Amino acid sequence: MSTTTTTPTTPARATLDPSTLPRHVSVADTVTQTMTMAWRATLKMRRNFEQFFDVTIQPLLFTAMFAGIFGGAIAGSVEDYLPLLIPGLIGQTVLTACVATGTQLREDMDKGVFDRFKVLPISRIAPLAGPMVADMIRYAIAATLTFATGIALGYRPGGGVLGVAAAIALAIVAGWSLAWIFTWFGTVGSSAQAVQGYSLMVMFPLTFLSNAFVPVETLPRWLEAFTRVNPVSHIVSALRDLANEGAVTAEVGWALLGCLAVIAIFAPLSVRGFTRKM
Amino acid sequence: MTTIPTTDLAVSAAGLVKTFGDLRAVDGIDLEVRRGEVFGVLGPNGAGKTTTMQMLATLLPIDAGEARIFGVDVRREPHVVRQLLGVTGQYASVDELLTATENLVLFGRLLGLDRARARSTAARLLEQFGLQEAASKPIKQFSGGMRRRLDLAASLITRPPLIFLDEPTTGLDPRTRGQMWETIRELVADGCTVLLTTQYLDEADQLADRIAVVDRGAIVAQGTSDELKASVGRSTLQLTLVEPERLAEAAQVVHRVLGEDAVPTPEARRLNIPLERSDQAVDVLVALRELGVAIDSVTVQKPSLDEVFMALTGHDTQADTQADTQADTQADTQADTQQGTTTDLDDTPADAAADAPMEALR
Repeated sequence: MSTTTTTPTTPARATLDPSTLPRHVSVADTVTQTMTMAWRATLKMRRNFEQFFDVTIQPLLFTAMFAGIFGGAIAGSVEDYLPLLIPGLIGQTVLTACVATGTQLREDMDKGVFDRFKVLPISRIAPLAGPMVADMIRYAIAATLTFATGIALGYRPGGGVLGVAAAIALAIVAGWSLAWIFTWFGTVGSSAQAVQGYSLMVMFPLTFLSNAFVPVETLPRWLEAFTRVNPVSHIVSALRDLANEGAVTAEVGWALLGCLAVIAIFAPLSVRGFTRKM
Repeated sequence: MTTIPTTDLAVSAAGLVKTFGDLRAVDGIDLEVRRGEVFGVLGPNGAGKTTTMQMLATLLPIDAGEARIFGVDVRREPHVVRQLLGVTGQYASVDELLTATENLVLFGRLLGLDRARARSTAARLLEQFGLQEAASKPIKQFSGGMRRRLDLAASLITRPPLIFLDEPTTGLDPRTRGQMWETIRELVADGCTVLLTTQYLDEADQLADRIAVVDRGAIVAQGTSDELKASVGRSTLQLTLVEPERLAEAAQVVHRVLGEDAVPTPEARRLNIPLERSDQAVDVLVALRELGVAIDSVTVQKPSLDEVFMALTGHDTQADTQADTQADTQADTQADTQQGTTTDLDDTPADAAADAPMEALR
């Protein structure tokens, strides 16, 4: 706080005419602001490495654990279970990562810096969209590591490099889409704990009442009916088709449609919940 | 926007109301802040200062009343208002996990500066605020004073014409506080208008051109520091005599000259004499000289803002007002302003702000 005044590089706005100022944020500015917010989120990820535990440790641990425990019982052997399990686990891990997207948004909104975001002339959506963009990195890490662990355990994806790459891409898209559900919780929950609570209540049925770990044919009829409409089932099926067959099947279409449906319902809800607090 | 007349008012608010449940946190506040001045909003904790500022800064919805920033309607054009404002809150609103530079670059980028400009602006502000050594440290490791400085720096990235400072020195040590005052003076010298809330009377006294005293959600008095002091108190002449045994004799002289009762303090050889006008001190001194009463020292004291505050609100600045929301001193003032605002929003005369509170001064 020196008393010497350095030559200002920005012109003073003291003589500014308010009527010349834009009344709304342009689309281009919204994109720049969202990417700036995404940059902030990546800086925070680097500072706080625990944020990566759910997408690093969990894939390693769960893949080894699930393969070892259920392999024999469900598919006869670990090797035979892996093509079924790995895409299922990717679905589960990405969904877990989405839960973190919602809780972290809630935590972020409680911080002092959010007061500044509110008073800046920026798009009301940027602080919400930025972290969602940055979290795509986390979904990518989760999907890649799960594949890597599976391959280390003896999984040989029939789709080859291209099939696996396509599956990872689909996992990222699916993660970003499903994240809107938890983002909505993040905007309406009263605290990060509450958001976590709601999210787990939704995440577990979505994951386990799907074809992620078991063939749906083994389920009772009423459960089977739910698993068939569960978007997670279609995402997991599409991941299997891409990774194991290298085939873009109708399931891929259904998966993308499911993602679109989730976005169509939860994105407007999230945006509304969020702008109320901005 | 074309219908808005050009105005030399940086802030104009009429009949602002904010209620939280049963509590009328802001209960009909009128404010007019002229371009280029430092306007102080003075009041105890819970008086409604911060709430008022948050409504003006688009951070809280306005329940009733009207507010304009440089003529721009706060409710209708929040995006334009945000471009005219820098806000530094009571608690530093910077990102704890980021470094000082990253924080300023982040806000610079959000405000539309390109990467290079955001970096150079961040470097310039860090230097200006004496933070360059801490530039690459995470804010977590910053002291309270450093956080506050960074927070203020973040509000100055685009050099906005109006700065809101919400209790800028609460919780700071005296040295850091002095530095903050210096920075605020520099801002004003730069052409900035400052709206400042504070619970420190000396801060308002030091910095503000005009002061509004707020208590229980309403303005109880408004004017310059001197006007406020003159409105409640009288100056005091303090005389110390060489010979304490002549105190009674001197008191008689005072009574004869001014018709006032002097208050003697024999232990200190002192006489306190209330004055209607400061120049009456001369009459007393001349009369004492004629009698040959020897004088050791003479001072004329104006009332302090603390005394002003006591006189206006019936309690001191540290009192917790949220507990007892009904005070007799306030009841009539509140009732007046309230009716004007809640019944008809558009009819509230904007210029009532300037005169009304001074009239409210009993």
